[in-house]
Amino acid sequence: VTSYRPAEVREVIRETPTAATLVLDVPGWPGHRAGQHLDLRLTAEDGYQAQRSYSVSSAPEDGGPAVTVERIDDGEVSPYLVDEAQRGDALEVRGPVGGWFVWNAADGGPLQLIAGGSGLAPLMSMLRHRQRSGSDAEARLLLSARRPEDVLFADELPGLGIEPVITYTRESPPGWTGYARRVDRALLEEVVFPPERGPRIFVCGPTGLVEGVAADLVALGHDPSRIRTERFGATGG
Amino acid sequence: MTMDTELRLDGNAVAGMLDEVLSVEATTVVARCGTCGEEGALGAVHAYVHCPGVVLRCPGCSAVLMRFAQIRGHLVADLHGVGRLSF
Repeated sequence: VTSYRPAEVREVIRETPTAATLVLDVPGWPGHRAGQHLDLRLTAEDGYQAQRSYSVSSAPEDGGPAVTVERIDDGEVSPYLVDEAQRGDALEVRGPVGGWFVWNAADGGPLQLIAGGSGLAPLMSMLRHRQRSGSDAEARLLLSARRPEDVLFADELPGLGIEPVITYTRESPPGWTGYARRVDRALLEEVVFPPERGPRIFVCGPTGLVEGVAADLVALGHDPSRIRTERFGATGG
Repeated sequence: MTMDTELRLDGNAVAGMLDEVLSVEATTVVARCGTCGEEGALGAVHAYVHCPGVVLRCPGCSAVLMRFAQIRGHLVADLHGVGRLSF
C-alpha cells in the first residue's frame, strides 16, 4: 500500500513565468521510474486538505523526486506551489504511482515523445533517464507550445542528445522558420518515427491534444498498443 | 470540445487512490468492461475526478466501470461495471 509520507521542499526552480519545479526531499522515497507521478497533499492551518497528482520530471538517477507544476490561475493548489512554495515548506507525498505511462532504458527505442505545454514534464523524466543511463535508444521529441516563453526546460532541451521539434501555436520567435500551428496529422507524418519502425509513443498534454494526436497516429498506421497517453485535462489546479 | 471531454483524464490520474484502495499498482491491471467487453489497462481508461468522488469509464463505450466516493468517512467502491480484472 502506498500511503502519504512527510516531505519537504528542498529547492524551487522557476522554469517559466507560469511554472516552477519543486525538488523534494522525501524520506523513505523508494525511487521512481520515468513517467510515473506522485500525489501531493497540502494541509492548511484549519485542517483543510487538498491533494493533486503531478508527474515527476526528474530522472530516476537524480534521487529525490522533482515535480514541475504549471499554475492554473483559478486553481487551489498550483498557485501556491508555483508562486509561494519555499525551501523548507512541509507537505505530504504519496507515490510513486502509475506503471502504465512508463519508459525504462531497457525498453529500448525508437522512443517517440509528444507533448503539449507542461505535458513535457513526464517526458522530460524519460529524456533525462535516457541520457543519464547512457541509453542509445533513438528518441524524438515533438513539443507543442503556445509561445517561446512557455517552453519548459528550454535551456536543457538542446543538450539531451535529441533534436527537439517545436511547434508554436500562438506566437513564434522572430525569424522562426519552423512549425507554427497546432499538431495535425500532416505534421505527425513528417516528424514522428514511421509506423514501420514500431516506435513506443508517449503522448502527454491537455485532453484535446492527447485525444487528437492519438487518433491521428492510429490513422497513420501506428499500432494502438504502442501508444500510451496521459491526459492532464483541467486538473482543477 | 465539450466540458465533459475537457474534464476527462485517464486512469493514471487516480493511480494513487487505486493503489491505496486495492493495494496493488493498478494502472497496469487489465479490466474488461462489463458492458461492451473491451479490455484495457486501468491506466488508460477514462477518469472523471471532478464529480463528487471518482468515476472510471470504458474508453470504448463510456459505460461506468468503477465509482469511488467517501461516504460518512468510509471509502465506498462500486465495481459493478467491471466484468473482470486481470492482475
